[in-house]
Amino acid sequence: MAETGTITVKRGLAQMLKGGVIMDVVTPEHAVIAQEAGAVAVMALERIPADIRAAGGVARMSNLELVRSIMDAVTIPVMAKCRIGHFAEAQALQQIGIDFIDESEVLTPADEQYHVDKNPFTTPFVCGARNLGEALRRINEGAAMIRSKGEAGSGNIVEAVRHMRAITGSIKALARTKDLKAQAREMRVPVKLVKEVAEAGKLPVVLFCAGGVSTPADASLMMQLGAEGIFVGSGIFKSNNPRLFAKAIVAATTHFDDPKVIVEASLSLGKDSRAMEGLDLRKIPESELLAPRGN
Amino acid sequence: MRIGVLALQGDVVEHLSALEESGVDAIPVKTPEELASVDGLVIPGGESTTVMKLLDRFELAEPVIARTREGMPLWGTCMGMIVVARDVTGTQQPTLGLMDISVRRNAFGRQNESAEVSLPIPALGGKDFPAVFIRAPWVERAGQAVEVLAERDGRAVMVRQGNMLATSFHPELSGDRRVHEYFMRMVRDAPVGKRRKIA
Repeated sequence: MAETGTITVKRGLAQMLKGGVIMDVVTPEHAVIAQEAGAVAVMALERIPADIRAAGGVARMSNLELVRSIMDAVTIPVMAKCRIGHFAEAQALQQIGIDFIDESEVLTPADEQYHVDKNPFTTPFVCGARNLGEALRRINEGAAMIRSKGEAGSGNIVEAVRHMRAITGSIKALARTKDLKAQAREMRVPVKLVKEVAEAGKLPVVLFCAGGVSTPADASLMMQLGAEGIFVGSGIFKSNNPRLFAKAIVAATTHFDDPKVIVEASLSLGKDSRAMEGLDLRKIPESELLAPRGN
Repeated sequence: MRIGVLALQGDVVEHLSALEESGVDAIPVKTPEELASVDGLVIPGGESTTVMKLLDRFELAEPVIARTREGMPLWGTCMGMIVVARDVTGTQQPTLGLMDISVRRNAFGRQNESAEVSLPIPALGGKDFPAVFIRAPWVERAGQAVEVLAERDGRAVMVRQGNMLATSFHPELSGDRRVHEYFMRMVRDAPVGKRRKIA
């Protein structure tokens, strides 16, 4: 008897991605470049976050024909995004056989109150979080993987650092907390889940970083701050040499704790390399920030 | 006895804790120096295209091949099975070419077909093994020197060839440590003279 869609196999796929880089791609050709550079998975999108940000309007699940063509182009796992709370988009993605669904604040939220109930799905979900409460609420809803949100499409690492430090800092603090019940109430999750995290000193699912990684050193920074892997959205295909940037960020993620490799990876970009343009987040109106969506 | 887990990418920590629980000294292996210090090597689950590139980029492919040919016990799980295979059916994907097997990637299907299966493995005793298959490969062809230790739906999913072991599934993800203990016996029984030859 083969039992599919169990917590073990859903969380398990995320465990297989650890130490790797997941890259946003908008065409099958991008997907092949990403796979060639050593990506462990790709995120199939119509537009990368920097362009979604620039375009404004409503951002929805990607065209399914495009998603399918990307699934056909590579052998590594393919992820795709649905809107927060849009369980029908998620059902469609599961139906076409996507490997992972990202219920993502980068798209325009469909439900301002509820996230997708992810437990009944066979396909695993990854969700963004700015703090431990968000992470645990998503896990309680069935997320098999968490990524710190950062600020997608900004080319600015500051929010990713803030969110990663908030998550890992709160986990450390939990170990010293006497009243886990109060913590659970405050975070609106079952005490059992809070206890599990307090005892293990880590989330029960894999924790990646997203939102702002643009250079090999950014990847190394986030891994040293406790990320178990990296999502790179705009950072690769908004640079002036996606192939080189993709390869260099993969190398820096593998050997994140070895400055020699970070130097080699950075030098491999050449003197004409330019990372994506970054945004000063203080100049972005609050209504245009993506991270506060879906808390 | 010290066992290394190739730590370029994948579920390294899960293997390290499974080995430590079974009472063995286990270290992550990222460099040729670390590789030279171990008596056996586990290639964990992960993405095979990624890890093959990293093995080349960080100059580990040749030393892994050399040490395995000299008799160092080697065990590949899922991705590891692909990495140690002779070739990958239907693709030109490079591998280390150590075991005389051809494997088919994602043979049981994409993630929605990933599953937990109760698997009879006679070499581990009477009780079925709780096997976790994730986008798993199967052995499409096995050479004469290869012994099939377990099958799922008539497909070989655990094979051994001398000092080399490969499983399609992930014993590091279930609480059952019998496959880890089986590999530890392979390492313990390996000819002592063959260990740590490469400095």
